[in-house]
Amino acid sequence: MQTTEAQPAEASTKPFLSREIRSSIEAYYPRYPSRRAVVLPALHIVNERLGYVPLEAVIEIAQMLGLAPAQVQDTLSFYQFFPQDRPCGKFKVWMCRSISCSCREGEALMDYLAQKLGVRPGETTRDGRVTLLPAECLGACDFAPAMLVNDTLYKTMTREKIDAFVEMVQSE
Amino acid sequence: MTYKPVLLANLGKANSHKLAVYEAGGGYGALRKAMKEMSPDDVLGSVRVSGLRGRGGAGFPTALKWSFLPKDHPGPIYLCVNADESEPGTFVNRVQMESDPHQIVEGIILSAYATKTTTAYLYLRYEYPLSHQRMQAAIDEAYAAGYLGKNILGSNYALDLFIHRGAGAYVCGEETGLIESLEGKRAWPRIKPPFPAVEGLFRKPTVVNNVETMACVVHIIDRGAAWFRSIGVPPNPADPRDVGSLGPKLYGISGHVNKPGCYEAPLGITVRQAIDELAGGVWKGRKPKAVIPGGLSTGVMTADELDTPLDFSSLMKVGCLGLGTACLIVMDETYSMMDFLYNSCRFYAHESCGQCTPCREGTHWSMMILDRIKAGRGRLIDLDYLAEIGNTIGIIPGTTICGLADGAAWPIKTTIRKFRPELEDYIKQTNPTGYASTEAAKALASGNGKPH
Repeated sequence: MQTTEAQPAEASTKPFLSREIRSSIEAYYPRYPSRRAVVLPALHIVNERLGYVPLEAVIEIAQMLGLAPAQVQDTLSFYQFFPQDRPCGKFKVWMCRSISCSCREGEALMDYLAQKLGVRPGETTRDGRVTLLPAECLGACDFAPAMLVNDTLYKTMTREKIDAFVEMVQSE
Repeated sequence: MTYKPVLLANLGKANSHKLAVYEAGGGYGALRKAMKEMSPDDVLGSVRVSGLRGRGGAGFPTALKWSFLPKDHPGPIYLCVNADESEPGTFVNRVQMESDPHQIVEGIILSAYATKTTTAYLYLRYEYPLSHQRMQAAIDEAYAAGYLGKNILGSNYALDLFIHRGAGAYVCGEETGLIESLEGKRAWPRIKPPFPAVEGLFRKPTVVNNVETMACVVHIIDRGAAWFRSIGVPPNPADPRDVGSLGPKLYGISGHVNKPGCYEAPLGITVRQAIDELAGGVWKGRKPKAVIPGGLSTGVMTADELDTPLDFSSLMKVGCLGLGTACLIVMDETYSMMDFLYNSCRFYAHESCGQCTPCREGTHWSMMILDRIKAGRGRLIDLDYLAEIGNTIGIIPGTTICGLADGAAWPIKTTIRKFRPELEDYIKQTNPTGYASTEAAKALASGNGKPH
């Protein structure tokens, strides 16, 4: 097993974050008088490109911003928003479970969707396509029960709309 | 109710989010007027005379907040606009940002001018992708048209406006939590004083205002403070400290109503008017059982309390935390208040930021108690435990740094006080053999163990 240890050492000379990601992060520098304020934008940039923010990215963000990796990790872990172990699915589904959606059967629909996808809330489907996340109030109570898939708000959900969504996802 | 919307005047117009449509309706007229004939102090003075109170939840007088900024400060002074709308049941800022983003931009520029701010940040929750798209496009258009950037409308006033996206944490809506988050740190609210006006973002004087407040400023400058004062509830002459509840207000109405949505009406309409006249009444011909007047944190009202006016002072009289966000959640006669309590406690247990022990532990324990009740092992004494948690967490009892703990406490306290018989019935029916047990209470009293 020890022979494989040479590999990461060699890989570490090549940055984990691409040139494009780095320049996107750097573009935020002029907006703030402090580099530390760029932590959240940087985490979003990495998360949007890669679907997660692994420790390698945390270390390099810290280097870029002149921070200790622990400072970036501290912020990251606070939000429970940035997965670190593996990328989110291509479809990131937030199903609202807060009161306005819940009293219009939102939680029953989440169970229904979870069952159709074969996952529990919080998990990604085995094919890596869909991540189902329970959401606190999505601020779409006028369209309860609401569901946010990546950048698209799905309004006034029903079982039929869930069926159509799952069908769309599976035919992608 | 005959009332012509002002804040929502552009709602439903084609391309209402575009600059050309906004300008065609008179948009940026208030800014032109201010730049041409008003000093920053004039703008602040108009807002003071208008009686505008912050629309984010606490209802603090906006001009008074601005006037706490130190005079003749070398700068920079920052304006943070709180668009982290995360209070359950609340969605009116989303409607505003999606349908009329330029109104918000214009309000931000006017408010920044009044406070001598040169950099403003819109702290926007991540879960509003369309708001993000629309606000960013509006900001870009405003820069191109000379409303933002250097020499705004030919004046020597300069302002930069940036969007800063959140990452799904409720506590970022608390103004100092927002500031910490913007600085790149975990969003732990700060002990006050110092208040942000003295030492806020990047340790500089800072104002934090809500999106709807910004929109109100536009119309105060455009139509005058007297117009604003002609709407809503005037101050009570018998109470010299009362500043009234003036101006138009957005009401978000959701839950068991026929027409959920965002509506505009004067401050001070009653809860019943909001439900029946704006939102088309309770759905399925049913009766209301409970109503939350202004976002989950304000607690619940009973069907007997629906003639209470939605203003800044009346809701306390029925035991609610306040007007909050004026976003009502209606629950019909079939809805279980135990389900409500469970949903509410789960939210706060998930969203407590963890900084203050009473809130972190209190919200977590209330969740564990409700989990057990839901599992059929509830006891009547659990309601006392819950009430004790509700009575001991928050700024009002003095045990936490921020008011979100009070928000966690209010739904618990008001539900137990107002719906105790229903909650007791639930426990008796789901745990017929054990509901009367007080064993754990004895164990707790003798120090031998925890309640569960």
